Amino acid sequence: MEFILPEKVEKVPVEDKKLYDFIIIGAGPAGMTAAVYAARKKLDILVISKDVGGQPLLTSGIENYMGYQYVTGPELMRKFEEQVKQFPVALLIDEKASNLTTDDKGFIVSTTTDKKFKSRSVIIASGKRPRPLNVPGEKELVGRGVSYCATCDAPLFGEMDVAVIGGGNSALTAVIDLLKYAGRIYLIEVMPTLTADLTLIERAKKSDKVEFYPGHLVKEIRGTDRVENIVISSKDGGEDKTLSVSGVLVEIGLIPNSEFAKGLVKLNHLQEIAVDCECKTSVEGIFAAGDVTNVPEKQIIVAAGEGAKAALSTYNYLLQKKNEGIS
Amino acid sequence: MALLNEKTMHQVKDMLKGLKDQVKLVVFTQEIECLTCKENRRLLEEIASLSDRVSVEVFDFVSDKDKAEHYNVDKIPAIVVEGAKDYGIRFYGIPGGYEFTSLIHAIQMVSSGESGLSPETKEQLKTLHYPVHIQVFVTLTCPYCPGAVQMAHKMAIESDLIRTDMVEASGFPHLVNKYRVFAVPKIVINETIEFEWALPESKFLEYIMQANGEVK
Repeated sequence: MEFILPEKVEKVPVEDKKLYDFIIIGAGPAGMTAAVYAARKKLDILVISKDVGGQPLLTSGIENYMGYQYVTGPELMRKFEEQVKQFPVALLIDEKASNLTTDDKGFIVSTTTDKKFKSRSVIIASGKRPRPLNVPGEKELVGRGVSYCATCDAPLFGEMDVAVIGGGNSALTAVIDLLKYAGRIYLIEVMPTLTADLTLIERAKKSDKVEFYPGHLVKEIRGTDRVENIVISSKDGGEDKTLSVSGVLVEIGLIPNSEFAKGLVKLNHLQEIAVDCECKTSVEGIFAAGDVTNVPEKQIIVAAGEGAKAALSTYNYLLQKKNEGIS
Repeated sequence: MALLNEKTMHQVKDMLKGLKDQVKLVVFTQEIECLTCKENRRLLEEIASLSDRVSVEVFDFVSDKDKAEHYNVDKIPAIVVEGAKDYGIRFYGIPGGYEFTSLIHAIQMVSSGESGLSPETKEQLKTLHYPVHIQVFVTLTCPYCPGAVQMAHKMAIESDLIRTDMVEASGFPHLVNKYRVFAVPKIVINETIEFEWALPESKFLEYIMQANGEVK
């Protein structure tokens, strides 16, 4: 059993009157890497985030982050956190950005608890959150068997039959997490083939607990006060099938946390923040990195690299402004 | 072999350095039919060995029935985190994984007697008239759960009418079934109010006040 403690923080006060060099929104791989790069440039920064670690906190095993043959998501994020906390970085955790606006000095970031912070520039690294299925019964049964956090909720489905929806790495990881606890596991994926890494698919296929339904979509989740069954249908036609399950773990991808910047920076059709190869957004002084952006391949290593790039681009931007005598 | 590795021991020692009041960890255990009781007791003894301000008192759930009744402990493994007084903070099931942070946090808080809640919340809690029992169901792999457990602890520190339990869901399947716990953290207040997820202070307070208002 692991015994997890947060890294010791030498608290740097968070000041609402101050004009920060830049504010980083989000403390996942991109945000934390940006913070380290900024701190090494001795910039005065503030990190605002609802948690420390972001999406990898929910990833059980990582085999493709260089330098580690195998590491759990939370463990890797603790290493990141440790590295950030070596530097005097102001951290405002348990807060979410709710609005981003401009003013004559730069930008104002507002939070959900009505706090406001000012900065000369901003890096948006707010990541993504689980995408819902949007089928009848789903909303009503959230917390009644419908779950978007397999890592958190898998132990609650002891001996129960469950459905995992999705065919990517998160879905297959959920299946592997559930093997320890659940009875039968139905994997339902709309595409005819699974897109997860072969190593994960092979691990899931080794168990006779798992039944695969590629090329199927979920039509409805049924139950009165808890999930009782789901209705699925084959994309090739044929009759609907009802599967008796107590849990539905939805792992069909993510949607970007970009709402607070909507109307200010340009988003693409997926609501991701559009950036160029220097992590610049459509607004001068606002940069973005990681899964919230339109950069392809949502990977920890890619997000971390983009975070570094965003911090260096922001540094160059601030330098340029200083030289121009504007700041 | 010790349960805590060297690095964690070092961290705990460091975190317990500034304790003010003496803290007593009251452990309820049982020799048989309790898979995690032994480990739970060992964990607390290891923690206590890292600070001269922390002590452990061990009771048997069956033979020390009067003590279990005194502390309102109705299941095991159980931990009561007691400071200058009993603030009503209980852990049911071994607080490993992410909940280890909540245990250390509780020790620090009962020792200082300080909740860190806002003056507005403190004022509101003074208006409570009836006992409030908060149960927070968690799993040890849930990174969002300590937020809810620690918020409930803060409320308990601030009001003598509030008591709060962390309940490790997989160890108590009958309660998971009774309260229909399918997502964590799940919070049950006075058997009447239920919600999921860790909520900010103001929202959590709202539910406590609502539960208090529903007492007839």
